[in-house]
Amino acid sequence: MDTAEIELLIERSVQEQLTKRLAGVEEELRALRSILKHGGGNVPEDRTTIVVFSGEMDPLFGAFTIALGSIAMGMEVSMFFTFWGLNALRVGKSYSGKSIGEKMVAAMMPKGPASIPTSRMNMGGAGPIFFKHLMKQRNITTLPSMIAMAQEMGVRMVACETSMGVMGVTREELLPGIDYGGVATYLEDAAKSKVTLFI
Amino acid sequence: MATVELDCKGLSCPIPIVKISRAMKEMPDGDRLCVQASDPSFQSDIEAWVRKMGHVLIDFQEALGVQTATIEKRAI
Repeated sequence: MDTAEIELLIERSVQEQLTKRLAGVEEELRALRSILKHGGGNVPEDRTTIVVFSGEMDPLFGAFTIALGSIAMGMEVSMFFTFWGLNALRVGKSYSGKSIGEKMVAAMMPKGPASIPTSRMNMGGAGPIFFKHLMKQRNITTLPSMIAMAQEMGVRMVACETSMGVMGVTREELLPGIDYGGVATYLEDAAKSKVTLFI
Repeated sequence: MATVELDCKGLSCPIPIVKISRAMKEMPDGDRLCVQASDPSFQSDIEAWVRKMGHVLIDFQEALGVQTATIEKRAI
């Protein structure tokens, strides 16, 4: 074997090795590009996701203030209404076709966000009247109009179907145009949100 | 370059920034929005809002309980 042959052999083997390694790197690059393209890599969206569990006037004010503020800040918003929080979406009450237990729950629920109690100082219904009066004096937007604004401005509102089942709430009793879902629906949005809250 | 006026006097958080974001959406880049407000959190909120949105707070004044903010719209 002379020098030229050895050189040729070395060159071939180097070339072979390089091609092999490059193929690996290129494969990895392709995989990374595809992850980036499909929004993977856990890059959070500019989104606020709120679980609305409470159904009283004061926590709902907080939830809708943050929702409207997020929209104004150019963010997307998802709100998941569960248990008492469903009362924020209520537009009416129906008793037909419900079991005795469900009828009892319905009877104890408020008619909708315009007639809900406060979490403290409710005083048998005097509290909300008092607070509404104070808020009117200070020119604070009412809860029902905040809810209407949120829907109009594109807040995604999702009612939890499991708690609807427990409370015997039907779709006809809730605001039209909302979405329905379960925990996976919530988690899909929450996992990609920068802000997540439980109210 | 035009200036649009917006009256938010007497309105409470979060309505001023909701109205501002709506008004700014309708305006071309480079135009200015002159907002009057009386909400006590208005200065802090409008400063945070322009930082988040990438617009510029050109001027902020306060006189007799009325705050006046001038915001210039930037391309975002």
